Formats: sequence, structure tokens, C-alpha cells
Amino acid sequence: MTLAELWVQQLLNAVSIGSMYALLAIGLAMVFGILRLINFAHGDLLMVGAYVLIYAVAAGIPFWVAFLLSVAAAALLGVLMERLAYRPVRGQHEVVLLLTSFGVTMLLENSAILAFSPRTRPFPLPEALSGVYHVGHVVMSGIDLAALASALVLLVGLNLVVTRTKLGVSMRAAAEDLTAAHLVGIHLDRVVLAAFAIGSALAGVAGLLWAAKSGRVEPLMGFTPVLKAFVATVIGGLGSIGGAVLGGYLLGLAEVALQAVLPPGLTGYRDGFVFILLILVLLVRPHGLLGKAEGDRV
Amino acid sequence: MTAELVLEDVHVDYGGVAALKGVSLSVREGELVCLLGANGAGKSTTLRTISGLVRPRRGEVRFAGERLQALSPYQIVARGIVHCPEGRHIFGGLTVQENLMLGAVQRRDAAGVRRDLDWVLALFPDLAQRLKQRGATLSGGQQQMLAIARALMARPRILLLDEPSLGLAPVVVQTIFRVIRDLHRQGTTILLVEQNARQALAIADRGYVLESGRIVSSGTRAELEADVQIEKAYLGA
Repeated sequence: MTLAELWVQQLLNAVSIGSMYALLAIGLAMVFGILRLINFAHGDLLMVGAYVLIYAVAAGIPFWVAFLLSVAAAALLGVLMERLAYRPVRGQHEVVLLLTSFGVTMLLENSAILAFSPRTRPFPLPEALSGVYHVGHVVMSGIDLAALASALVLLVGLNLVVTRTKLGVSMRAAAEDLTAAHLVGIHLDRVVLAAFAIGSALAGVAGLLWAAKSGRVEPLMGFTPVLKAFVATVIGGLGSIGGAVLGGYLLGLAEVALQAVLPPGLTGYRDGFVFILLILVLLVRPHGLLGKAEGDRV
Repeated sequence: MTAELVLEDVHVDYGGVAALKGVSLSVREGELVCLLGANGAGKSTTLRTISGLVRPRRGEVRFAGERLQALSPYQIVARGIVHCPEGRHIFGGLTVQENLMLGAVQRRDAAGVRRDLDWVLALFPDLAQRLKQRGATLSGGQQQMLAIARALMARPRILLLDEPSLGLAPVVVQTIFRVIRDLHRQGTTILLVEQNARQALAIADRGYVLESGRIVSSGTRAELEADVQIEKAYLGA
């Protein structure tokens, strides 16, 4: 393997994992931007999505249809969360919102343990994605390709939505200044619901990629990814959609780079080093790379 | 039913502290009415109550005969009541154009929106050259113009303006007041809150004076200008 190939390989790995973090982080950032809510139950969307896929495939539904069903289920669950859990506490102190999201997480995870049993299940990877492709010495799995392709399509689509549609511009406006959003006549409930639906659907896609990559589905599988996505949004600047994407890819890069440069004895502590990087970023830019000081938000 | 805005015995509390203690006022269609008073008298609270940001504890807010106090802010905007708040509250991270389009967020008549965009850009030519600029990059005066222009994009039946001249250079204040006067002449109904009492009264049909959450005086421009007490308190005689 030449040095150039090594670089390409590592970059591909980083972008593949970064795509998942980015897709997951967007939903967190959208919701936080408008409601100041850190939705830790965001990770459970991906768990529920993965189970829906498993059951759908087991029921004989073709994988791609099951995939769409699973993403739709994640979006629906996100919308239900908003309606049933978060709307009643909207506007309350941030700690109340955070605790509510912990409550939702506990409810969902324990319900999943009851309904699906705590045992780990294999992810039914379709033939089309289980291949491995070689270009020179660079190895690429079908899942990596799927992660890249879906992230590309979804990010371009999302960018169109938030810059070209009334709904998307309203979403950014509400994230920036809630009072002004009310006064220009934005129907906030609708915007919040859309933010949950879009963010949750993206989380559904990220969840399937995550499950496909790890090969396992279990009730607590959402914890690590949501933590990583949270780190990504903090790096990028809480509440900024662009920041979430940037943070996701930077986190992917950082993980792959650390994996490559850390001495073998320390690679087990990779995530610890990632958090050290996070702290460094926050020391230099307390509001994240693309974030704004809280004082700017009236 | 004419589009008259009526407040009747409106009481508003902020965390147990009374901000409005029985405010009654009215703005008839086509009028420019100013609401004068010192800092903390309740002027902004009055506007925030009309636009649904705060709810009255008692009393009634009606527009064109319909009670507003049970409606959400976006529903009140849908009735044609548009509040241009103190401190401008433009969207700094969004472009001037996006800000203006959000002013028309509820409108479905694309052709009318385009016409109104041309109209507000003619009112404020400064904005026309800066459509792609982010709101935060504008000067204070331009931001105030953008805030008013954005409110006009909703095609208001009544415009609530809160301290539009606050913190602006005298020459910009002149521009803002000229635009307000022109809007009034063209038939827009306006409720204007100002600390700049003399200038506000000069373009108003009628006025009210608020003091500690109560209306203490009201009348036509001539009556208020003749009132010695007001002269002393607000016009800096």
C-alpha cells in the first residue's frame, strides 16, 4: 500500500463515519436551535428504526421497502415525542427540557427491552451492501459507499430545504430569534414538528448505517451514537445545522486520525482523547466553530 | 365592521407585578395614534399584549370586532395586525431578502408579494442594494428600516411600531418619521410607541399618555400639544 493509498483509505473511513455523525447531529442541532432542548432520546430513534427494519425484513418485506418504513417510523416517533413529551414543557427551563428527554430515553429503552428482549440481534444486511470493493489497495465496503451516497443526497436535499423553502427559512429564523419568528407570523408548532420529523428521519438513516456497520441491533444501541452526535454539535456550535455537519465530519476525522497515530496500547482510550480534543475546541471557541454567543440571541 | 383596534380595561402581570392596570384605548381605521410615556410605563407591554406575546389577566383586546386574547401570535398576524418590535429583532444570520420574505411568510399571493417587495425597496432604497447581505452586517438605521420593511411585507391592516427611532442618528430618525408619515397618508393604520414624543405627536392624529400602566391623558394632537402637564413631562418644555 502506497502512502497516497493509505491517506485515501483513512480519509474514506473518516468520511464514512463522519457522514453518520453528521446525519445524526443535524436533528439534535435543529431541535436545540429552536427549543433549547438537548434531545438525548434522539439516539433511541435509531434503535427503533433498526428494529422496525429487522421485523419488516423478517416479515418478508423487501429490504428497500423496509428501509423506507424504518425511516418513516423514526420520523413518526420523533413527531410523537414532540407532541406527547416536549410540547407540554416547551418554553420551560433548559434543565426541565433535558430531564424530560432523559425520561423519554428511559421510557423508550425499557419499552424496547420489554418488547424486543435485551439480546443482540444481527442486522439483516442485503446482498447489495455486503460487498467489498477494491481500488488498488484501497478497500471500501458497500456500507461505506451507502453512507457516503446517502449523506451526499440528504445533505444537498436538506440544504435546499433550509435555504429555498419557506419552511426551511422559517426554521432558521425560529432558531435565531423566537420572538421575531412569532411576530412575523411563523406558525411555530408547525416548524417545530417539521424540525422533529426531518431530524428524526435523518437519524433513522444514520441508525441503519450504524447498525449495518456494527452488524448488531440492541435496545441500548442509541447511547453511543447520540453521545457522539452531541459532541459533533458542540464542536460545530449548538443549534447550527451547518455546524452539526462540520462537527460530524471533524469528529469522524479526529477518530480515524487518533486511531492511526495513537500507540497500540492507547487506541482503546481513543474516545477519551476525542473528548480531550472537544475540550480544547471549547477552550478556544466556547460556542463551537460556527456557533454564536448566547447573548446574540434575544 | 371597520378594522378598529380596541383595548378595554386590559390588565397584564409580569410574574405577579402589574405592568398594565386597566388600559383602554382604540385605533380606528386609517388613524395614526401614538402612545407616549416614560420608560417602564407599559408602552411595549401594551403592544406585546395586542400581538399575543403576553396574555392579559383581565380585559379585552378586539380587532374588527373579534376578540384576540385567545389567539396565538401567528393567528393575530393572520388578522393583519403586525408588530414591529423594539430592538428591531431582525434575523441577523439571514439575508435581507430572507428577512423580507419571512415578513410575508403567511401570504399565498406570489404576485402581490413581489409587488410589495418592490414597494418596500422603493421606500427604503438602502435595502435594495443589500438584498444578499446578512442582516447583522447592516447599520443600526438600516436594520430599523429592514424591521419596518419586513413588517410591511405582511401587508398589515394595522402596524404596531415600537420605538422605531431609538438609538438612531438624527438624519436616520428623519427618514424613519418621513416614511411613517407617508405610510399614514397612504392609508395605513398605525399605532406608534415613542419616547420621542414631540416628533411622534407631530405626525399623529391622536395620542395617549401612559404612566405606570395607566392611561393618564388622551386626545387629539392639538389637545395633547396644548396640555401643559404633558408639555412638562414629555415634550421637554
